[in-house]
Amino acid sequence: MKKIWTLIRKEWAEVFKNRFVLFTVAFLPLLFTALPLIILYVSKSSGDFSDAIAMSDLPPQFLDMCDGLDASGCMQYFIVSQFMLLFMMVPMIVPITFASYSIVGEKTTRTLEPLLATPITTLELLTGKALAASIPAVVATWLSFFLYMIGARLLAVSPGVLGKLFDPLWLSAIFVVGPLLALAGVSIAVMISSRVTDPRVAEQISAIFVLPLIGLFVGQSTGLIFINEQIILWMAIGLLVLDFGLFAFATQLFQRETILTRWK
Amino acid sequence: MDNSKMIVLEGLSKAFGQVQAVDKLSFSVQAGEIFGLLGPNGAGKTTTIRMLGALIGPSAGDAWINGYRVGHQDQDIRRSVGILTEAPGLYDQLSAERNLEFYAQMYAVGDMDTQIERYLKMLGLWERRHEAVGTFSKGMRQKLAIARTLLHEPNVLFLDEPTSGLDPQAARMMRGFIADLKSDGRAIIMCTHNLDEADRLCDRIAVIKGSLLALDTPTALRRKLFGRTVVFHLSESDGRFAEVISRFEFVQSADMVDNKLVVGMDEPEQHNPELIRVLVEAGAEIQFVGELRQRLEDVYLQLVNQEN
Repeated sequence: MKKIWTLIRKEWAEVFKNRFVLFTVAFLPLLFTALPLIILYVSKSSGDFSDAIAMSDLPPQFLDMCDGLDASGCMQYFIVSQFMLLFMMVPMIVPITFASYSIVGEKTTRTLEPLLATPITTLELLTGKALAASIPAVVATWLSFFLYMIGARLLAVSPGVLGKLFDPLWLSAIFVVGPLLALAGVSIAVMISSRVTDPRVAEQISAIFVLPLIGLFVGQSTGLIFINEQIILWMAIGLLVLDFGLFAFATQLFQRETILTRWK
Repeated sequence: MDNSKMIVLEGLSKAFGQVQAVDKLSFSVQAGEIFGLLGPNGAGKTTTIRMLGALIGPSAGDAWINGYRVGHQDQDIRRSVGILTEAPGLYDQLSAERNLEFYAQMYAVGDMDTQIERYLKMLGLWERRHEAVGTFSKGMRQKLAIARTLLHEPNVLFLDEPTSGLDPQAARMMRGFIADLKSDGRAIIMCTHNLDEADRLCDRIAVIKGSLLALDTPTALRRKLFGRTVVFHLSESDGRFAEVISRFEFVQSADMVDNKLVVGMDEPEQHNPELIRVLVEAGAEIQFVGELRQRLEDVYLQLVNQEN
């Protein structure tokens, strides 16, 4: 564990020397905090939601979740819940760039060989790299989520809607599924990073793995997919298994010899 | 196994697909010895060091480092050796001190702060310890890389081109430092293209080109390839003197080059007095006598060209 923590601190010290990197980590979570708040504020200022959009426009399954809310509250809840899903996804999207650079970056700066010469195991190396990439994104997202909650309360939503946002469904999505998604994303990115010879290729390939998440978001917005407790539970279990599987696979795929001798 | 032999290779080989990079290398290195690994580019020097440092596995043969078997006890080997890689491989964004802290923690160095201070001071980097390595000159980076290699006090060192790209002053300082490391009782394998450096520093030298071409002390290698040559500086040039001494059986060659009589023979310590006497009797005025020392570069080129 000590070596993993040492590696994480080194990664952070190195990466966050660059303030632009800090900005890129914080930007997306902050954007997803500000955007829905602005929408809520503008909507509230321009009149009742239910005047503008009919309840029948909402996915039928969603109406079941509006139990105890009036039409306006239900509409507010629908809007904010769309962004709740984004808070679940952001921890996966943000660290992919860093993770995809992690191994190939060390190789191109020629720091990988001295690092591999130390008594660090492959599992420790990959775990350190994955956690170093995902923890800042997860923390930034959680902080943004709290800001969002405070903003939502102050700016627009009713106490009834706010109570719905603290539902175990969304708390699980953000505090359990989000980090698990982040780990899955960075595991894939680190795996790719250890197999390609150019950081740009690693970033491009890793970005492809974000696409299913965008599909999930679009599906939820259009009513094709309906995120409920059951789906979140299955996602959490599935991701837990997937994360272990990906890590085991990444460790197997990490060929020290190939990386040191065949990459130029 | 002899305990003083800290590095032992027995038929160590490495193939990358169809390419045999290292072929059946066998030698050993003792404590307090600097062992030079010479060879042209692609001869397998770095591959050998990587195998010995447990960075890559051998295809065949065996090697033991500090008694640990390569390919079987790799973590123990990594803990107990220091590798100076061809490129310094430092984190440019981090300070010199932070770079060393990272590696000290990786090697679980007990008294980290003391060790870092010791080596930074020893290598003249203490005053600049807080500066980002990205601002360092090549020489400073190389010094910092060697400090990193030594932090955990390994008793086996692998140095790949330690003075590569350094200016003469920095290279000289580095050579002095390496010589001091030897006196600490460490076993050191050093890869270099700088033959003069190898000649000055190394106790023994292996010339490799995939396989082992020659292995001995620099002096013995010279003698094996070129024999021993004594030069008699005379006051005048006269071909007669070469004829006079050619009569001796122990004289392998005798040539007059300007006013120098160049004589090839074994054991000049034993034969020189007799040759001097004969030359003086023949009327030669001898100004001084010396042994011609072949450059290691000539030895190296001879070996490598023979192989070609």
